[in-house]
Amino acid sequence: MNDIWQAMATAVNLLAGLDASLVEIVARSLGVSLTAVVLATLIGLPLGAVLALSRFPGRRVILVIMNALMGLPPVVVGLIVLLMLSRSGPMGALGLLFTPAAMIIAQTILVLPIIVALSSTVIESLWQEYEEQMMSLGAGPWARVLALLWDGRFALMTTVLAGFGRANAEVGAVMIVGGNIDHVTRVMTTAIALEASRGDLALALGLGIVLLLLSLAINAASYSVREFARHRYQA
Amino acid sequence: MTGKPAPYPVKLENVWFNARTKPLIKDISATFADEEGLTVILGPNGAGKSLLLRLCHGILPAHEGLVTWGGGDDPGLHDHRQAMVFQRPVHLRRTAGGNIDFALKLHKMPRLQRAQRIDEALELTGLSRYRAIPARLLSFGEQQRLALARAWALAPDLLLLDEPTANLDPAAQRLIEEVLLKMIAGGTRVLMSSHDLNQARRLASHVVFLYRGRIKEQSSAEQFFAGPKNDLAQSFLRGDLLWWRRRAVFAPDPDKEDDKF
Repeated sequence: MNDIWQAMATAVNLLAGLDASLVEIVARSLGVSLTAVVLATLIGLPLGAVLALSRFPGRRVILVIMNALMGLPPVVVGLIVLLMLSRSGPMGALGLLFTPAAMIIAQTILVLPIIVALSSTVIESLWQEYEEQMMSLGAGPWARVLALLWDGRFALMTTVLAGFGRANAEVGAVMIVGGNIDHVTRVMTTAIALEASRGDLALALGLGIVLLLLSLAINAASYSVREFARHRYQA
Repeated sequence: MTGKPAPYPVKLENVWFNARTKPLIKDISATFADEEGLTVILGPNGAGKSLLLRLCHGILPAHEGLVTWGGGDDPGLHDHRQAMVFQRPVHLRRTAGGNIDFALKLHKMPRLQRAQRIDEALELTGLSRYRAIPARLLSFGEQQRLALARAWALAPDLLLLDEPTANLDPAAQRLIEEVLLKMIAGGTRVLMSSHDLNQARRLASHVVFLYRGRIKEQSSAEQFFAGPKNDLAQSFLRGDLLWWRRRAVFAPDPDKEDDKF
């Protein structure tokens, strides 16, 4: 029991003193996850809008698959990206394996289905409300999409936050394609896994506290965005 | 675009509209809004008034037959010369002024002109002080007036209204009617559905009586309210026409073919 309290105290000291190795890992984590979320949003929002607004054969199938992929096991994504990026794989020549870029690719793949599935739901329900009025005003496809994205901005922001929460918390994919190399690809989750198995609980706990706080902050932000939208626009 | 409205008749030729296989609009051939004034589409609930308006607006495609506008032979969608106010107002998640601005932008009005037009539209509908308030925070009646302000701002040649005052209190209803009368006096042709006979008497210059997807009578308001020829219209005026109990309410059926559907 004493060990745990001691580790806890050390963890708090690490946090309070902004320990260099801890800050480095946190910064890398945020860099990788934020880049992945930005990429997934840039790809996923237009895809979500297309799925919400167009009708083509196979649309439902894609939506069901995207919803299913929201629960994609990170280790499986890690494995697939590993196979793609390994030296004998189709993208092996790029030499990306065990770099932050590989981790960004893996997390982008993990987050993409969340952004696509949730944003298409948001946009589709908004479109059901707006359709007749937009047609009546003679809004063209671009005007429609821009208005829907703008009016759905708060709900879409919460889907992006959900994606960020997922990227931030996963360990399987980044462990496999990043390799948990110190000073190169070590992020919060992989560091916790390593330190916990090594018995260095202080750093693991410190990082764990940061992760929990981040997760809390993401959810608080998501909640505030929803509340703000409800008060301001009855959205 | 803010000049005097031009004639913009809507012509329907053998128009059918079905929900799955059940026809709801049956073989309607008619021309609306070819004369100045307000044409009211009267009929009991379920007669197809809202459907007919949407067909006339071009936001629903006819399953059979042809709808054309402005006397042209182009059967395509409307060309920014119509506006419609729906029974339930739909506003974007932005301010009252922003909602009108959105519509004017779609009509390619320059920015300076837009600002002035928004002022006028809000003034006309008594909403000036709500210009910067998010539209969806307004009361239902105010939102409906905003929808009318938006339609007015577009200076349409043809204005379509789907029971615009069905859910409003008398004061809000009067405000809407005042704006409508101004627009009519300005030359805008209005096509409105309603089941409110008193409102129809106050506003309409022409009456279309719709029953079970068919036009049973189309005449001037004067003629219609003096005494319609059609027996269904007569009982509608008396207030004892129920669409689902047709036989029980009055005896001989003059138009049996309707019952096939």
